[in-house]
Amino acid sequence: MISFDNVSKIFGEGDHRTAAVEDLTIEIPTGKITVFVGPSGCGKTTSLRMINRMIEPTSGTVLIDGMDTRSIDAPKLRRGIGYVIQNAGLFPHRTVLDNVATVPVLEGQSRKAARAVAAELLERVGLPESMGRRYPAQLSGGQQQRVGVARALAADPPVMLMDEPFSAVDPVVRAQLQDEFTRLQAELGKTIVFVTHDIDEAVKLGDAIAVLAVGGRLAQYATPAEVLSHPADDFVADFVGHDRGYRALSFTVAGNLPVRDEPTLLLGSTADPSLVPPDAQPGEPYWVLVVDDATQPRGWVDARRVTGGRPLDLQDLVLGGALVGPQSSLRTALDAALSSPSGRGVAIDADSRVIGTVAARDVLDAIEKARLAPAVLHGAADQRTVRAADDAEQAAAAVPS
Amino acid sequence: MNWNWLNRNTDQILSWLLAHLWLAALPTLLGLLLALPLGALAFRYRWSYATLITLAGLLYTIPSLALFVVLPGILGTRILNPLNVVVALTLYTLALLVRVVADALDSVPPLVRQSATAMGYRPIRSLVTVQLPLAIPVIGAGLRVAAVSNVSLVSVAALLGVPQLGQLFLVGFQLNFYTPIIAGIVLCLLVAGVFDTIILVAVRIATPWTRAVSHR
Amino acid sequence: MDKGGEPPMNGAFSWLTTGANWSGPDGVWARLVEHLWYTFLALAIALVIALPIGAAIGHTGRLTGLVSGLANALRALPTLGLLILLALWGLDTFKGSIALVGPAIAVLVILAIPPILSNTYAGIAAVDPAARDAAKGMGMTGREVLTKVELPVALPLIMSGIRSAFLQVVATATIAAVVSLGGFGRYVIDGNSTQNYPMMVAGSLLVAVLAIVGDRILALIGHFVISPGLTGRKVRARATTSDLVVAIEQEGGSAVLEPANRAGGDR
Repeated sequence: MISFDNVSKIFGEGDHRTAAVEDLTIEIPTGKITVFVGPSGCGKTTSLRMINRMIEPTSGTVLIDGMDTRSIDAPKLRRGIGYVIQNAGLFPHRTVLDNVATVPVLEGQSRKAARAVAAELLERVGLPESMGRRYPAQLSGGQQQRVGVARALAADPPVMLMDEPFSAVDPVVRAQLQDEFTRLQAELGKTIVFVTHDIDEAVKLGDAIAVLAVGGRLAQYATPAEVLSHPADDFVADFVGHDRGYRALSFTVAGNLPVRDEPTLLLGSTADPSLVPPDAQPGEPYWVLVVDDATQPRGWVDARRVTGGRPLDLQDLVLGGALVGPQSSLRTALDAALSSPSGRGVAIDADSRVIGTVAARDVLDAIEKARLAPAVLHGAADQRTVRAADDAEQAAAAVPS
Repeated sequence: MNWNWLNRNTDQILSWLLAHLWLAALPTLLGLLLALPLGALAFRYRWSYATLITLAGLLYTIPSLALFVVLPGILGTRILNPLNVVVALTLYTLALLVRVVADALDSVPPLVRQSATAMGYRPIRSLVTVQLPLAIPVIGAGLRVAAVSNVSLVSVAALLGVPQLGQLFLVGFQLNFYTPIIAGIVLCLLVAGVFDTIILVAVRIATPWTRAVSHR
Repeated sequence: MDKGGEPPMNGAFSWLTTGANWSGPDGVWARLVEHLWYTFLALAIALVIALPIGAAIGHTGRLTGLVSGLANALRALPTLGLLILLALWGLDTFKGSIALVGPAIAVLVILAIPPILSNTYAGIAAVDPAARDAAKGMGMTGREVLTKVELPVALPLIMSGIRSAFLQVVATATIAAVVSLGGFGRYVIDGNSTQNYPMMVAGSLLVAVLAIVGDRILALIGHFVISPGLTGRKVRARATTSDLVVAIEQEGGSAVLEPANRAGGDR
């Protein structure tokens, strides 16, 4: 556990006195990802760098597992802490492999052993083994970032500090890196302090979020769900941005949503407009769900427009959006319904087989009940399902929880 | 420091000073004039860049005294003819500045170049009226180095009998006398300083946009 | 040609191909050894002085203006004048051969320092700050950062500074023959006083070849010593106006444009 005890960092004196960090007291839990987020000048990077003493606090103490960071020689302290920065900061004169092996070698390990560890780590961060022989200048930004993460992991430090590690790459690469990072953390369980200016990234990655305001003031320290649904003050509400209500839905599992039966067509079977029942609304498309041999949903087809006598293939289909699975959140469920051409979100089981559909209004009912339910919502790692109480239109099977 | 001696020999010193000014300034200008088109060529046609720069580098590697000695043979002049000095130093300046000009043009942001083309500037006009002005500060930096180097190089030619400030050093050495030597060094430094300042001022005058920004 | 009927180049070649001219204390081999000896001595001393100072300045980022100003000023000093000045002083102060050789070597060292110094500090200053930050954050001490990260990355520029210094020294050593230093310059100076033009040209050719070959050898050494990860990206690729210090030295030197601290630039 990392704790800040009344830590401040003040620059300048008298009239020119600026507080980068003002009296920060916070406890960072072991084995979780804590995100420092805030606008420029809020002291998030300064706070991070006070953990590994790249910046020394003006007052207050930083403790790692009860030990004052000042009681150890700084370089020694840093060797036990992984450090990932924006732009990676790889050593251009060393191969990728040697870059990753830096800290183990510094600690006295033989170069051979260190390189072996490095090779494993490269694989872990999703890079091919052949990349080890290349030089940083030959890598793309995203690849360099991965190497940076591998390098920080090389000595297997219990703590990792990450300063905007994914900001310098384009959004697509960033999303990939974030997902892989989450996967990696699930395997490794390190204590991570992560700095970002992007609230979406904070909400996506963090187990706990510390929102800092300009001048180094801690505005709120809570789970992402809490910050989104109950911002502590105007600054936090403003910083979190619009549609936080909608985004907060991603933290609630959909639970027992009523799932209705849905007739399906098999991909490859022949279809024709006679499928449309005579009482269907004229002038509107009549959407039918199409599945494959494994009962997995492939898309929707408008029965009115189908050319009779020909087997259905993928080109005839309009793809639906999200799918509602057993662990899906209310946000996904709502999105599934909204993004489907028929207005009905496809519900699947754990094997991705279709079990029926979910209607938007059922999801809205579930949202309302979640809002009224006394049950407290927790972060993504520890979710409790919200029971959709007595519902007028209970259909066949409920989504297993 | 024997001021009397200096007083007595003022005429000679002045004539040497004038010769020195001339011998240092002319090659610098000539070298620049020749380097501009060549550097532009090297910049424009990348295949020529490598060859030109290698040749220039080779030329610049040759020690000055060697060049002063070999040139008369090639040019057919007498060894103490100042023309040798002018040709040699022009070649040095050229060798140095070709690379400077090419790299200076390279340092102009590509977007500027492309805007000019998109607006309809023809290549030569774009080069002369858009790119070259933006390259002036860098070329100026190189020119200052060339000018200052040339002032020192000229004095070396005293060893071959060419009349200029360098002769003061030889006089001092023969007579075992510090005054002319110190006078020579001081005058060389002055000339170098004057050249340096002139170029600096010229660059500033030629680039009003840099001044506008820095005077915030 | 007023130095006798023979075309100068032929004269030089026949001088060079005369076996007698290669042996003995005034022979080509002897002079070559002398010239090389002065060069290595001066370079070694200059390296010992300039590398640490350049590294310190580049690492801390202080004093760059002062240093680059000094380097510029030294470029303006007339080498002939400096040589003769110190030679006279040496004659007054010392006895024996050290009187002239000592000051000459001193001048060689003085002139070799600026290119090594400015290239070293520019090279170190140009190291990616993120790499420096990462190195420190990983737990390297200041000295480890310098030796394991900054110096290796700055090596291309440092090597180029050494090459510049080499050419500077070779050229100045040639001139120093006027104050009785040995080496190939002797052929030029002695030839001048005895009106032996072929010998002068021969001496000049020898110096030129020495300079070119030496430069190539240093370039080759650089190629082996510098990490392949660095050669692809040339620091000189994007020269910007205030960031440029053209580091060329008198009497020969490869033109190197290098990034320099803004304070030392020419605003």
